[in-house]
Amino acid sequence: MREERSAAAGGAVALDVKWAWTRRHVLDLDDFSRPEIDAVMETTDAMKEVLAREVPRVPALRGKTIVTLFYEASTRTRASFELAAKALGADVINIAASGSSVQKGESLYDTVRTLQAVGAQMLVMRHGSSGAPYLVARHVEMNVVNAGDGWHAHPTQGLLDIYTMRSHLGDLRGKRVVIVGDIAHSRVARSNIWGLTALGADVAVCAPPTLLPFGMRPGEAPAEEPLALPRVTVETDLDRAVEGADVVMALRLQLERMTSGLLPSLREYARLYQVNEERLARARTGALVMHPGPMNEGVEISPAVARSLQSTIEEQVTNGVAVRMAVLYLLARGKA
Amino acid sequence: MTASLAVRGGRVIDPANGLDAVADVLIEDGRVAGVGRDAGKDAVDSIDASGLVVCPGFVDIHTHLRQPGFEHKETIASGTLAAARGGFTTVCAMPNTEPAADSAAAIEFVLRTAQAEGAVRVLPIGCVTKGRAGKELAELAELAEAGAVAFSDDGSPVFDPHLMRRALEYASMLGLPVIDHCEDAALAAGGVMHEGWVAARLGLRGAPAAAEEAMVARDIALAELTGSRVHIAHVSTAGSVELIRAAKARGVPVSAEVTPHHLTLTHEAVLTGPGEAPGGLAYDTNAKVNPPLRTPEDAAACLAGLLDGTIDCVATDHAPHAIEDKLCEFDDAAFGISGLETAFALVHDAVGAHGRAPLPLPTLIEKLTVAPGRALRLGSGQALGLDRRIEGLGTLSPGAPGDVALIDPKAEWTVEPERFASKGRNTPLAGRTLRGRVVATLYGGKAVFDSTRGRP
Repeated sequence: MREERSAAAGGAVALDVKWAWTRRHVLDLDDFSRPEIDAVMETTDAMKEVLAREVPRVPALRGKTIVTLFYEASTRTRASFELAAKALGADVINIAASGSSVQKGESLYDTVRTLQAVGAQMLVMRHGSSGAPYLVARHVEMNVVNAGDGWHAHPTQGLLDIYTMRSHLGDLRGKRVVIVGDIAHSRVARSNIWGLTALGADVAVCAPPTLLPFGMRPGEAPAEEPLALPRVTVETDLDRAVEGADVVMALRLQLERMTSGLLPSLREYARLYQVNEERLARARTGALVMHPGPMNEGVEISPAVARSLQSTIEEQVTNGVAVRMAVLYLLARGKA
Repeated sequence: MTASLAVRGGRVIDPANGLDAVADVLIEDGRVAGVGRDAGKDAVDSIDASGLVVCPGFVDIHTHLRQPGFEHKETIASGTLAAARGGFTTVCAMPNTEPAADSAAAIEFVLRTAQAEGAVRVLPIGCVTKGRAGKELAELAELAEAGAVAFSDDGSPVFDPHLMRRALEYASMLGLPVIDHCEDAALAAGGVMHEGWVAARLGLRGAPAAAEEAMVARDIALAELTGSRVHIAHVSTAGSVELIRAAKARGVPVSAEVTPHHLTLTHEAVLTGPGEAPGGLAYDTNAKVNPPLRTPEDAAACLAGLLDGTIDCVATDHAPHAIEDKLCEFDDAAFGISGLETAFALVHDAVGAHGRAPLPLPTLIEKLTVAPGRALRLGSGQALGLDRRIEGLGTLSPGAPGDVALIDPKAEWTVEPERFASKGRNTPLAGRTLRGRVVATLYGGKAVFDSTRGRP
C-alpha cells in the first residue's frame, strides 16, 4: 500500500513517457535511433527521481516476473538488473548457470523455453557466446534484454555510459570519445560505438593492433557497407588519441590476453596504454574518465586517475540501475 | 531377354563426349547402350524427357554419410536417397565416422551397407592416419584392398608436415590420392566463421583466409617434393586458387574441388540469414561451415578457378547434422551444410545461365560428372592387382553405367528442408527459390528418384 501511494504521488511526473516505443527486445544499440536513445534517457531521468525518494519503489512492473539468466559470473550487472527490477515492483528470479539444469547439459533453447513455460515475462541474460540472446529472442515470446553476449554487445552498459556522458556534456554531437584497450574482445566498446555514433559523437578507438578486431581498420571492410561496424578513428598511439578528447574510456584488460600471445606483458601494456595523469593532461580540461569495471588499477588505468574528480566510474554504476529500470519499464509498457 | 529403357527426346549433355543435342539415351542391362536421335525407338520401357536436360548422373567426391556412429544425423540409406534426389549416382563417403574408417572392416561395412541399403553407388574414402588422430599412418594398402578410393582425414588436416609427406609417398604406391582439408588449426585459432568485417560486427571469432592458404601452400610443396598426388578439398579463398593455379602451371600433381556454397554464398549469410531475425542479426548457424563462407571476392575467384580449370570440379561436402547440433549458440553449433539436394540448383541459379556470372550449363554438368572422377582418377586405375575400373564413370559412353540425371533447367522451386530425403535439414537456403531442378535420377538403369510421372 505504501508503495502504491508513493507511486501515485510521483507517478504522473515520473512515468509519463510520450515516446513511441515498439521494441520487444533490447539486444544491442546497433538499431537504436536517436529518438529511442532519447526515450531511454528521459525515462532514466524519471527513474533517478524515483530512486531519490524515501521509498525508492514504484509498482510499474508489479505482477511481472523477470528472470536473470547469467552464464558468466557478474556482480555489478546482475545486481544492477535485480535492483532495477525490484524497484519497479517485479518479481525476480536469478539463475546462475552453475547449479542449475544448465550444468546438467540442458541446451540454452530448452532452458529458456522452460523459463517461459513457468511464467517468466522478461528475460535478462548474459552469455559468453556472441549472439546467444538473438537465438533466444527468435524462439520465445518473452522480452529479452541482453546483459552482455560474448564479444558482441552490452547495450545497457552503452546506455548508461551515454547517460553519464550526457549528464556532464549535454549534446554529444561532435564530442570526441576515445575508447582505449581491448577493443577486439569488448562488447562494451561495440555497443558504445553504435550508440555514440548514432548521437553524432566523434569516436576513436585506441589499442595495439593485436587488440583491434580485423575489419575495423580502414580498408578491411567494404566502404559504405551499412551492415559493418560504424567507421571510427583507429589509433595505436594513446598520446595522440587522447589529444583534445572530451571522454577517455578505459576498458578492462582480461589477463588471459597475455598468455594467448596478444601482448608481451602487463608492464609493456601499462606503459603504452594506461590512462594516467600525464596522458589525461593532453585531453580537454575536465575530460571525463570512464571505465565499465571491474578495473585492473595500475594496468589500464592509474589509481590516481580512477579516483580523480574527472572519474565517473562510481556514477556509471549508480546510473546503471536507473538506466536498467528505464529499459525494463519501456519494454513492459511497450508490450502492454 | 534384355531389359531396355529409353530416355527419349531430351537435350542430352555428355561433356566427356562433347555432346549437346536432342537425342535418346538407350540403357540396356543397366548400362548405356547408345545415344542418338532414335536410339531408343525399340526400347521396352521409356521416359519422356522432352524439354528436359539429360546428362550422366553426378559424381560427388566429398560426402559425409555419417554411418557408422552418427546415424541420427544421416545413414547410408538416407544419404544416398538424398544423393539421388540431387542427381548424384556416385558418392564418395568421407571416413570421419565413429569408428573412423581406418580399417578394412570399416571400409567393408560401408560397402556392404551401401550394397544392401543404398540408393546409389558409394565409394568409400579411408583415413590417412589411425583414428584420424594425425599421429600414425593408417594401413593404407589394406584400406585400398578393401575398396578405399582415396585417403583423407577430412574434418581435420594432416597437421604434421612430415607425416603428410610420408602419406603422400606411401599412397602413391597404391595409385590413390590423398585428399587434404587444408586448415592450419593454430592460425584458425578456433575461428567459427571467416575473419572479416562480418565477424567483427558479430563479435565472433574469425578464421583468416591465411589459415587455409598456409596449408594449401604446404601441400603443394609436399606434392612437388614427392611427386605424389594431392587433392585439395573445398577450396574457399582467392589465395588458395592462386596457389593452385601457379602449382598446376609448373606441373605439380595437385587437384582441387569447390563446394556449391563457396561458389555462391558469402560470410554475410551468417549475418542476414533467411527471413526476419530479431535485432536484424541472424547468427545463422546453418551458414556455419568449415571452411567458412568467405567474401564475394573469394567466391568470384573460386568461380574463375573452376572456369579456367584451376579447380577441377564441384563437390558438395554434404555435411548433415541433427536439429540440436544447429539449434544452439553459434560458437557451439556444428560445422556443415546439408548440400546434396540443392547442389545443382544452387550453382545453376546463382552463377549458371540465369545467375550473375556465366557458368554455362554444359560446363556445370562437366564439373559435376566427368571432372570429379578424373580429379581422383576414380574407376580408372589398378592397384595391388585389383581391378577397380568403372568404365565410363560420369559419362554416357557406350558401356558406361546407366547412371542418368534428368534436369528441368527452368523449373523454379523453393527449398524446403523439412522435405529433404537427407536427415540433415541444415541449409542456409531454406525458403530460397532456385531455378533448375533435378526431376529424375537413374542408377544402373533404374529410377532411384522420379518426379516426372504422375503421383499415384
